Amino acid sequence: MALFPTGPIQQVSGTAISVPGEDIDTDRIIPARFLKSVSFEALGDQVFADDRLELSGDHPFDQARYQGASILVVNGNFGCGSSREHAPQALMRWGIRAVVGVSFAEIFYGNCLALGIPCATAAPEQIKSIQAQVDREPGRSWTLDLAGLQLASVESSWPVSIDPGPLDMLRSGRWDATSQLLDHGPQVAALMQTLPYINKFAAN
Amino acid sequence: MSSGTLYDKVWDLHRVAELPGGSTQLFVGLHLIHEVTSPQAFSALKDKGLTVRCPERTMATVDHIVPTTSQQRPFADPLAEEMLSTLERNCQEFGIPLNNIGSGRQGIVHVIAPELGLTQPGMTVACGDSHTSTHGAFGAIAFGIGTSQVRDVLASQSLAMNKLKVRRIQVNGLLAERVSAKDLILHVIRHLGVKGGVGYAYEFAGSAIEALSMEERMTLCNMAIEGGARCGYVNPDDVTFEYLKGRPHAPEGDSWSRALAWWSSLATDPDATVDDEVVFDAAAIPPTVTWGITPGQGLGIDETVPSLDLLDPGERLIAEEAYRYMDLQPGTAIAGVPVDVCFIGSCTNGRLSDLRAAADVARGRHVAKGIKAFVVPGSEQVAEAAEAEGLDAVFRAAGFEWREPGCSMCLAMNPDRLEGRQISASSSNRNFKGRQGSASGRTLLMSPAMVAAAAVNGRVTDVRTLISPSAS
Repeated sequence: MALFPTGPIQQVSGTAISVPGEDIDTDRIIPARFLKSVSFEALGDQVFADDRLELSGDHPFDQARYQGASILVVNGNFGCGSSREHAPQALMRWGIRAVVGVSFAEIFYGNCLALGIPCATAAPEQIKSIQAQVDREPGRSWTLDLAGLQLASVESSWPVSIDPGPLDMLRSGRWDATSQLLDHGPQVAALMQTLPYINKFAAN
Repeated sequence: MSSGTLYDKVWDLHRVAELPGGSTQLFVGLHLIHEVTSPQAFSALKDKGLTVRCPERTMATVDHIVPTTSQQRPFADPLAEEMLSTLERNCQEFGIPLNNIGSGRQGIVHVIAPELGLTQPGMTVACGDSHTSTHGAFGAIAFGIGTSQVRDVLASQSLAMNKLKVRRIQVNGLLAERVSAKDLILHVIRHLGVKGGVGYAYEFAGSAIEALSMEERMTLCNMAIEGGARCGYVNPDDVTFEYLKGRPHAPEGDSWSRALAWWSSLATDPDATVDDEVVFDAAAIPPTVTWGITPGQGLGIDETVPSLDLLDPGERLIAEEAYRYMDLQPGTAIAGVPVDVCFIGSCTNGRLSDLRAAADVARGRHVAKGIKAFVVPGSEQVAEAAEAEGLDAVFRAAGFEWREPGCSMCLAMNPDRLEGRQISASSSNRNFKGRQGSASGRTLLMSPAMVAAAAVNGRVTDVRTLISPSAS
């Protein structure tokens, strides 16, 4: 298994895996019973546990042809529902390093960003074509290029979008926000002096 | 771009700095933590050699994993016990107040923070839980965060955020008799979709909203996230102030009058600009029940499961999946669908007024044969208040189990769960596949009164057809 993301991220390369479906929520990505742990370590084996059970071996995450994939291709509103970071943690620990889809739920998107996992979007028809190609030729290698904003294989390439803010954070390696936030410690202290509810509602 | 809304005002007050890449460092006025999404954040904090910046602006409780039958320590489930003891250690190490079991203040985090007067207008509130949107009921900007962000808030009392757009949900008129805030929000989500709110804060406004109690407003804002909106809010008014007055953490004396002036000034200006506005007629909203696997798949109680041709093309794929999973075919009337389990509780509908509404239906009736029905108060304070007015006795007499406070079968991280393909009538917030603890379990979301009606009839029932004996 490749190491978890660190530093600037210019591209993600590898084979792809497609999980089709609208509104795939984080309870499906990682059912709540697996959250009963004080660490994230075991989550890689538990990703999509109930969906995999339902499909008894046919779920993409169980199919031999998709093993080792690092780019996940999904449809609309992926990652909706619970804020559990366990969802991207589980995907990451299974091997996913980038997600490409029609749209993402906001909290999931932010959680991915905090782990250095780019979420790129493309039009619904494009995603369908990409999913068809992934399905037809699962061994094909793809590159999500953050500089050129495209998802490309030897045969085809597709434009994708990533919002400028997150894109800059990923490419500069500043997607782990903690140190930036801590740099502004004095400004936080100054702001606290101005907030009425911290200062007995005294007039400024 | 919005201007002059409560969201704009509170955002501006909490801006620490603009960060490279265009996001904003936003100060967090109240950070709520619980046992499920905090342990890894504390570990990361310690790994980086950091400490908690503002333990006095942080509040902890335990809710997700607590059993609701016996809360004796150690818990029967060693994993649950480990989660609570880890939280206890972290709170002790960093000086964070913990509202633990037996303190008289424990409960679901989104029930107890308002109850203690911690949640106030004009604050930013963050918690590692998507239903943090609940606190927007007070005119706060409140949103769920992931565990990496919990770490960031612990370390810096701030977050990197992008500003949302504002959509006003204008609800005119008044809700009909026995139609609740739950029906209202299920109706809104049904019409705007589960992803309609992505990128927006929902401002709930209009006569129907102003007429809601604080507890009803919390139900409404709680489920903004189910419509895709990370936060929802109601402008603060006299209803808000009346609720807050005298609560343990509410301002007192001279501070109270200054607080009122400041809180009032935060409400959206009459000439404010919003990015979008949608209007609903409250009187037209019926008791609403979900039939499918997303909270947007709702139906008025008199309607039938829709066929594909009645749905937008974008909704058909998930509808087909829902027909299969729920084993409900197009044309099936939602009223009359048999249920196995009835659950009253959760951060959506586990407050005193919710239990009263359910008890009004249960009083003098009995749970139908073969149905398991249970009531889980949202907090120790809710339980105490409900017991003081005899609601526990009403429920017990009617064949409901009366449990200890916690999140319980909303997400089934404790022993309360569906088995096999059981179908529940639930006052919670999510009907996702597998949500209530069985990989094939099924959930019908509805108001607490509607859950009680389903319990006594053994099937989905229009609560308006059950006239409470005490009221007749």
